[in-house]
This record gives sequence, C-alpha cells and structure tokens, in this order.
Amino acid sequence: MAIEVLMPALSPTMTEGTLARWVKAEGEKVAIGDVIAEIETDKATMEVEAVEEGILGRTLVPEGTQGIAVNTPIAILVAEGEAVPEAGAVKPSKPAASAPATQTTASSGAAPTAQTTSASLPATGTRIIASPLAKRIASQKGLDLSRIKGTGPNGRIVRRDVENATVQGATVTPTAALAGASAPTSRAVPHSSMRKVIARRLSEAKSTIPHFYVSVDVELDALLALRSQLNATSPDEGPEAFKLSVNDMLVKASAIALKRVPNVNASFTDEATLLHDNVDISIAVSIPDGLITPIVKQVNQKSLKEISKETKDLVKRARAGKLKPEEFQGGTFSISNMGMFGVRDFAAIINPPQAAILAIAAGKRQPVVKGNELAIATVMTVTLSVDHRVVDGAMAAEWLSAFRSVVESPLTLVL
Amino acid sequence: MSGTDFDIIVVGGGPGGYVAALRAAQLGLSAAVVEARHLGGICLNWGCIPTKALLRASEINHLLHDLGTYGFSAEKVAFDFPKIIARSRAVSKQLSTGVAHLLKKAKVPVFEGFGKLDGVASGKRKVLVTSEKGQPVTLTAKHVILATGARARALPGLEADGKLVWSYREALVPDELPRRLLVIGSGAIGSEFASFYRNMGSEVTLVEVAPRILPVEDEEISNLARKAFEKQGMRVLTSAKVGPLRKSDTDVTVAIEVDGKSEDFTVDRVISAVGIVGNIENIGLEGTKIKTDRTHVVTDALCQTGEPGVYAIGDLAGAPWLAHKASHEAVMCVDAIAGKPVHPIEITKIPGCTYCRPQVASVGYTEARAKEAGYKVRVGRFPLRANGKALAMGEPDGLVKTVFDASTGELLGAHMIGAEVTEMIQGYVIARTGELTEAELAETIFPHPTISESMHEAVLAAYDGALHF
Repeated sequence: MAIEVLMPALSPTMTEGTLARWVKAEGEKVAIGDVIAEIETDKATMEVEAVEEGILGRTLVPEGTQGIAVNTPIAILVAEGEAVPEAGAVKPSKPAASAPATQTTASSGAAPTAQTTSASLPATGTRIIASPLAKRIASQKGLDLSRIKGTGPNGRIVRRDVENATVQGATVTPTAALAGASAPTSRAVPHSSMRKVIARRLSEAKSTIPHFYVSVDVELDALLALRSQLNATSPDEGPEAFKLSVNDMLVKASAIALKRVPNVNASFTDEATLLHDNVDISIAVSIPDGLITPIVKQVNQKSLKEISKETKDLVKRARAGKLKPEEFQGGTFSISNMGMFGVRDFAAIINPPQAAILAIAAGKRQPVVKGNELAIATVMTVTLSVDHRVVDGAMAAEWLSAFRSVVESPLTLVL
Repeated sequence: MSGTDFDIIVVGGGPGGYVAALRAAQLGLSAAVVEARHLGGICLNWGCIPTKALLRASEINHLLHDLGTYGFSAEKVAFDFPKIIARSRAVSKQLSTGVAHLLKKAKVPVFEGFGKLDGVASGKRKVLVTSEKGQPVTLTAKHVILATGARARALPGLEADGKLVWSYREALVPDELPRRLLVIGSGAIGSEFASFYRNMGSEVTLVEVAPRILPVEDEEISNLARKAFEKQGMRVLTSAKVGPLRKSDTDVTVAIEVDGKSEDFTVDRVISAVGIVGNIENIGLEGTKIKTDRTHVVTDALCQTGEPGVYAIGDLAGAPWLAHKASHEAVMCVDAIAGKPVHPIEITKIPGCTYCRPQVASVGYTEARAKEAGYKVRVGRFPLRANGKALAMGEPDGLVKTVFDASTGELLGAHMIGAEVTEMIQGYVIARTGELTEAELAETIFPHPTISESMHEAVLAAYDGALHF
C-alpha cells in the first residue's frame, strides 16, 4: 500500500519549509527511523525520519524547493515490488517523525501542485490571479505574489512577472528614469526561511512589546581571576579538557540573578503573567545566514562545567544547522553577548514570549574611583531590555544589581 | 477621410495583412489593404490551404490501396489527377472570396496593385499603389503595416524553371503526375510535397543537406518521420550534397553525394524547397531608416521598424514562416497602435505543423534545445501503438513526446508524430500559454477513446506515471 510522506511540522510555529536535500534516492529502501530528507525551517536544518518502512517510490518536490506548506506530500513510499502510483491517489501517512499535532488542512489534488497553494495570500482575502507556473516559481524563490504586479490578461501574474520580480526585487521599484541612468545598483537576495522568521518575529516583538532599557557597569576583574584559577585547575578529564568562557560564567550569573529576582523570569500573556520555575537561558549565536538561540536548560541546577560543555555543543550544532526544534524554541530569558566585537554598549530586542534579554558589551580596562582613589578595573556595560508589561523599572534595576553583585563576588558561581 | 486617407494602411493581403485590417476595423480604426495578386496571400492561394486539399486526396489514395486492412475490397481504383488539382484550386478560391467578403463587411477597401512606401506628407505616411490596370494612386495614413510576405528561395543552379524544376507554385498545379520526382529540402514544404506525390504513386527521392529530415523538429520525431517515409517506399537522403542539374527535354539528371559517395539520379521533375526569402524589394525601403537582415525587415518585439509609424509583420519580418504567427503579429501590432496592452510574441509558444503522412506537430523546445538552454529536463514519451483509438483507426505509428523543466514543471516543449497530431497540438499550446505545469495536465481528464489520451500519458510518463505503457 503506497503511502504519502507529508511535510512535517517540525516546530509549533512552522507553517512552511524548504526541502534542503533528499538523503534517500528514489528506489532506495527505507526503514523506520531512517532519515529520508533534510528540511530547512525557521531556524535550522532538520531531518525527516521515516515513520513507515518501504521503498522511496518517488520524491514529489525537487531539492531546494522553498515554501513547502506543512502537510504537503513530499514523497511516496511503496512496498517492495509495488508500482509507484500517481500522487494524489495515495493515502497520506502520519506526518513524519516528531511532528506535533497541527491542524490538518488536507492538500487537495495532485501532490506537486500542493506547495503552490502555500504562496502567501494577503490577509485581506483578495484572490491573487496567477498562472500555476508563476505560483510555483514564486514559491520556489520565496517571492510574495501579493507584491507582484501581473501583466498577463486581466492582470494575471505570469512567469515573466515573477522572473522580473526576482531581478528587480519584488518590492523594489527602481525610480531613476534619467536619461542614461546607470544600471541598477541593488540586487535582490531571496529571503531564506530563517530570514523570514527573523523578520517576522523581531518586527512582532519590537512593535508589540513595550521595551525599556536599563544599563549598568559591572567590574569583571574578580570574575576573570576566578576564571583563570578554574581553568588552571586540571580537571578530572585531563588538562584542556574544557575551558570556561566569560560567557559561561555570565550565563550562570544571570541564572542566579533570576533566582534572586524571579519576577524577571516570566512571560506576559493576555490573561496572566507566567512565572517560570525553570531558568532556561537562550544564548544568541550568530550563524552565516542569521542568528539562532540555542537554550541551556535549568541553568540554575547546573555547574559551570556542565554549562560550558553544553553551550559548546549547542553552538557547534547551531552553526552546523543541526539543532532540534526543542533545543532552540522556548527559553525563559536571553543573553546576547557582543563583547568579542568590542562594542561599548547596545540594547537587544526581547525574544518573545520572554520578558527580558541581557545585552553584554565588551569588558575594557578603565579608570574607576574606589573610595577616594583612582584605580584600574575591567568594566563592561550590560543593558537589560525589559517587557514593561511584566517588569517595572525598579525591578529591572534590582535584577541588574543582583547580577552585578554575583559577577563582582563570583564565588557564588561555584557554590 | 477622403477615400485615400486612413488610420492604417496594410501592404499585403495575406494572413498577416488582411487580419491586421480586420482587427483595425474591429477597433474602430479606418484601414485599407493593398494587394497585388490575391487576397489570402500565399497561405490561402499557394500554400497552407491548397496543399492540405492535395494531401487529403493523397490520404484517400493511400486508404484506397489499403482497403484490405479494413475488410474492404475494390477493383479498378483510379483517380483523375486534373480533378484533384481542380478541387484544390476551388478550395483556395472559395477561401479567397471569403476574405474579400470579410473585408467588405468590415468596410475595409482593397486597392489592387503593388504598394510602396513613398515618403511623408504633412505628418502622414504615403503609400504609392501601382497597377498595370490603371493610374497610380497615393494613399496616406499615420501607420503603415508591411505584410508583403515571402517567396521560395532560388538557390543558384536550382532555380525553378516552371517546367522540369518546380517551386511550390508549379508543384501545386501540375498537369500530370510525375513518375519520378526529386524533392530538394525536407522542411515542412518539401516533406509535404514528397508525401503527397509519394502517396499518389510517384517514385520520390527526398534530399536534405542537414543530417536529418524536418531538421527543426525534435530528433526522435525526425527519425520516426524518416522511417515512416521509407516504409512508404520513399527514398530519403540526408547530409546530402546536390550537384548541378543536367536537364534534357523531358528529364533531369543530378549527382547527389552522401558520405563521399556520389550517385546519379534521373527524374522527371524536381521540386526545389530550400527555404524562403522575404519580399523586401520594391516596397520603398530604400532611403528609410528601416533595416533589413538578409531578406527580412528588422523589427522590435512589437513589429515596429526603424521608421516611426511603419511596421512589418509575418514572413516579411522573419522566421518562423507561419500563417498563424503572421495573424497573431497582425493583431498584436494593431492593438499596440490602438494603445491596447500587448505582449510580444514568444517563439516557443508558436506551434508548427507538417501535414505529411504521418503528420508532425510541435511547440516549444526540443529536448536537445532545452538542454542547450540549460534546463534540467524530464522527458515523457508515449507511442501511439499503445493507444486504443490509434489502433482502432489503423494508425498505430506515432509518438507523443513531452519535455518538462524538472525544477518548475513547466512544459518546455511537446513533439508529436502520427495521425491527427496537427489537430491535437493546440492542447499543449494552451498549456504553455496558460503556463500550466505537469500537475494541471496530469489532473486534466482526457476523453476516452481518443488519440489525445496519448498526450495525457506522455505527461504522466515524464513523471514516471504512464498507465498504459
């Protein structure tokens, strides 16, 4: 009995994804749990595992196809010796592994068309008139048909419109029509899935969350001294087996501060403020195409060594695009550290549904006044961005004070 | 309007010219047609239509000699050749008269004579019409559409003499059936004449300088056409060089070289079908900004020449030399003049049909050209031998082939050979024009039993889903 493999929803927010690579080829045997394809979604490349066994009869979408709606058939599995039927005449399987339940809008008709229906329509509900080929190319290139002007009969969007949009940028209309105007100096780079998600989530965060910002200078010398001591101590695993970073220690310091001022470890909802018991810290990691926030969970219960090892592993896999959704979705607080870039200070955008994010700038040796004396200290500025619906100014200040006290008296970190 | 002043003057009354005039009238513009010989042009009078009438006769002759296949027998099967020719002429005449009626109904005057651009007077183009019958007339208009068509190319040494060596023109009105015929050139025109004469009973040799016959078609189709021709008893020579014609009073001997080996052929008649050239002479192009390339007028995508207000359409404006291309350009050109939104013609959306037996029809990219253009293709094939209707008809030879862009599912091209394929190709043309992908074609329900089902199967086959083969 032939079975359609559907585009899985690999995260709760995922509505569409890109088929990055077919791992199994047509005609190859597939066992339950075998990886058959790699899907690029919101933030990561993830693997689609087979939930049925059989032969990969046919792949229905070519590699690199973007904007494949969740639950679109992507392949047909058949039993050994069975002929491969046409798509559409086949019973859909359960969505592939690890897919949480989502509403099933059964894709109608032949499978290869289904992805075209995912071409985003404007919220007004106006029907976009476009040829099937134009829809498909737009979806493959990640173009928004609602922004493309159709030049076909009755304004129908046809292939040339989509292709011209790719060249000019769907939203960019070159203005200069001066005689002998030079060639266009901008070029359109189609949005990756990740870029679309970053754009959507951050616009939403910045426009719906009333942000405010509180900064404080923190002296780092004690923490740096402790770090040297700890790193010099040969651990059980042997020398150089691990090396604590300043960031590891600041993650732990944040967790302690969150335990001391638990109201910052919270989320705003329309009905209530959710106070989280666990301290799960999202760490912003820049990757070639954008950024991703792997989560160190239950930081308050972990040692520096555990935090360090876990962070290294997460960052490595984040850069390889191999994080599982649960490893970067969720979290109760975020840290964005740009110290390595030498920045003086900056403010970050809150990562919803969290209530705060800590922006860490570079530590610099500078003169400070101690009592009545001038002294030299390594000082960094940290800025807490806070959701004012959850946290008021005084509480933000209280949290920063707690954070500073942990960093400046860092033995708490190893207790 | 004074009777000689118009919005648009169309020079040439073929399928480009008369359609341009009809469209202009439809849009409320005043238009006139200048035509030297016959309304309907080569197409109606000396091309598409009379050849179809002849080919119909040759199909019937073929069937009459194949009656046993269908359980019939007949004795003394014979034809009256002059009657066959006369019927072909009558069909042309009927249609040409029809065009005259259409123009009259649309109130488009027809000026008999040769039209020629004759400069500009007070912002209007002048067209001088000369005729042997009467005084020259000068017409004026803001816009002039040149649609003077094309004629057979005369290669040195192969010029038609009207007696032993024919162009298409003489080949359409022979006094009697030649016993031995040599056809030089295997494009649509050469192949149709070769097929007609062979099916009427002539010994036919078809010669092509290219490595295969019907060289613009997909290679597989060319090869199948050749096989079919040879099965019918035609001799087909490709990659062939034709030597000088040595004429006697009643026959022609010519040396034809293939693979370095030369062979003498003696035939009663030769048809020269080695291409066509545009009628660019004596239409007043000299001294204007209108450019020509070899024998064709150079235009932009909307048929505008280098001279403002002067347009060229159809064969005069270059390949493909097809009546339906001319007519489409006519409408596009007039619509553009009238300020309506138009789109340039795309050559890969123009179908081509050849009415030899078996028929050949195609649109868009051949497999080879698609690959050259950088497409990764999916190709589907379906032989008519697996189609019920084709078998029932006794027409099992043929193939439908589709070429898709593997990444977008665009139907890049379709190529067909077999019975009735010229009537079916429009299905694929609609798909290309409507920008349907394999998905819509796969979902389309084709009627059973028809030969057109093989078009559906050829789509499915490209995606490994053909059901009946």
